[in-house]
Amino acid sequence: MITIESLTKKFGEVTAVEELTFQVKEGEVFGFLGPNGAGKTTTIRMLCCLISKTSGEATIGDYQIGKATDSVQIRKMIGLVPDNVGLYEDLTAFENLDFYGKLYECPEGRRRENIERFLKMLELWDRKDARAGSFSKGMKQKLALARALVHEPKILFMDEPTANLDPESAKTVRDFIIEVKKQGRTIFLNTHNLDEAQRICDRIGVIKTKLLTVGTPEQLRESLSKPKTEIRLAQVTEALVSALKKLIPNEIEVSDNKLIIDVTEPDKENPAIIAAIASAGGLIQEVTDLVPTLEDVYLQIVKETK
Amino acid sequence: MRISKAWIVATKDMRVFLRKKYAIYSMILFPLLVSIGLPLVLLFVGARLSSTQLPIRMDAFSFFFLIGAASLPTVLASYSLVGEKIEKSLEPLLATPITDSELLLGKSIAAFIPPVGAIYISSVVFMVLANLVTHNTLGYSYFPNWTIGLILLLLAPLLAILAIEWSVIVSSRASDPRATQMQGLFVALPLLAIYVASEVGAISLDTKTLLIISGVILIADIILFFLSTKTFQREEILTKWT
Repeated sequence: MITIESLTKKFGEVTAVEELTFQVKEGEVFGFLGPNGAGKTTTIRMLCCLISKTSGEATIGDYQIGKATDSVQIRKMIGLVPDNVGLYEDLTAFENLDFYGKLYECPEGRRRENIERFLKMLELWDRKDARAGSFSKGMKQKLALARALVHEPKILFMDEPTANLDPESAKTVRDFIIEVKKQGRTIFLNTHNLDEAQRICDRIGVIKTKLLTVGTPEQLRESLSKPKTEIRLAQVTEALVSALKKLIPNEIEVSDNKLIIDVTEPDKENPAIIAAIASAGGLIQEVTDLVPTLEDVYLQIVKETK
Repeated sequence: MRISKAWIVATKDMRVFLRKKYAIYSMILFPLLVSIGLPLVLLFVGARLSSTQLPIRMDAFSFFFLIGAASLPTVLASYSLVGEKIEKSLEPLLATPITDSELLLGKSIAAFIPPVGAIYISSVVFMVLANLVTHNTLGYSYFPNWTIGLILLLLAPLLAILAIEWSVIVSSRASDPRATQMQGLFVALPLLAIYVASEVGAISLDTKTLLIISGVILIADIILFFLSTKTFQREEILTKWT
C-alpha cells in the first residue's frame, strides 16, 4: 500500500529524513517511533503530499508522491490526524466534519451518515451542535479523528494522536484506532508511546533521521535483547557468585539480592542454573523470566545511534 | 481549478466571520457611517455650498467607498488567513484534495463578497439620502452618475482584490489578525492622499482621472497576484507560516 525507497528530505543544510526505505502493507497498523526531531512528522507530511521530497521515491497505492497530477489522488485516499488538531473553533462539531466531507467530495447522504456514525462511536453525537472551541482536549482529539475518517479513506495517517490526553481519553482514542483497524484500513501511526505501539501496531519502525530498524514488536524484542533469568535469593554472597561462575558458563550480574543471568534458551538452561545455585548453597526465593519490553528495545536502539 | 472547491472554502469562512463580532462590527460600522454620516454632512454643509461646488464635494465623498473597499477586505482576509494559522487548521486543510489556487481563491471570495456587498448596499443608501438632501440646491438627482458608477463597479472591486492580495502577503509573516489589518491599511493610504488632493482642488475626480487610477490599481493587482500566489504555496505555508 505504501512503498518508500531512499526517501530523503532536507531543509537547507539540515537533513530531516535520510534514505528511508520500508513498506507498509494494506490493512496494517504501522507504528513510527522516534525521539523528538527524528523526522516522524516530516515523513508523514511528505507522504500526505504536504511538503516535497528532496530525493527518493514513495508510492501510495498506484500513485507517486511528488508528482503533481498524483498529489490530489493521494490526498483523496488518505485521512490525516495532525499533531495539532486544527479544528475550526467557531464552527460546531457537525459543521467541522461537514466542511471536510464536502472538500473530500463525499456525497451528502453518505457524508451525513458517516458524521453521525463516527460521532456516535466517539461519544460526541450529543455535542454535535456545540462549537468545537468549547470542547475539552480529549473531545477535540476525537473530533479530529472523526474528521480524518469522514470520507472513509483507505489510509489513515496519525501524528501522535494520544499525546497530552488524559488516560481515559487516550484509551477511547486507542480503542477507536483498533476499531478502524478492524475495518481493514491501513494506519500509519507516529507515536512516542511505546505501550501504545506495542498494543496497536502490527509492525514498528524506529527512526532517528534514518530508519534504524523495522519489524513486529516481537521481532524487535527478540533481535535486540537477549532473554535473562532473574533469581531472587535470601542472600547473595561473593562466595556464592564465585562458586556459581565455576558451575555455569552464563554471564551473571548481581543486583542487591538478585542474580540476573543471561540465557539463550530459558526453558532448557533454567533447571541447570537453579540446580547449580542450590548446590552452591543459595536459597532461592523467586525465579523470573525477564522479557525485554519494547521500551528496552527502543532505548537500546536510540542509545546505539548516539 | 474547480470553483466548487473554492466556494466550499468561501462559505465556511463566511460562516466563521458571522461568529466573529469584530468582523461583523467592521462590516456594519464603516458602511453605516459613510451611508448616513456623509449625507448628514451634506445636509448641514450643503446649504452653504453653491450648485457648482456641491457636485465636487459629492464626488469626493463617493471616494470614501474606495477607502472602505481598500480597508474592509483586510479585516476578513486577516481573520481568514491568520485565523487558520492561529487555530493550526492549515495542515489538515492542506491534506484534503484541494489545490493551492482553489484554496486561495476560496479565501479571496470570502474576503471579497461581504465587504463589497456592504459597500454596494451602503452606496445605495448614500445615493438616495444624498439626492434627497441636495435636490433642492441642485434641482436634480445627482446620483447615480459616471463617477460613482466607475468608483463602485470598477475601482472598488479592483481595490478590494488589491487589499486581499496584500493581506495574503502580509499574513505569511504575521501571527495576529490585527497586525495584518494595520498593515493592510497601507493600501488605503494613497486613496486618502487622492481624496485630500481632490478636496483641495489639486486634482479633479473626473472619469479620466478615475480610469487612470483604475489602470494603476490593475497593474498593482497583477503584480501582487503573482507575489501572493508565490507566497501561498503549501510547503511555504506549512514550514514557514506556522
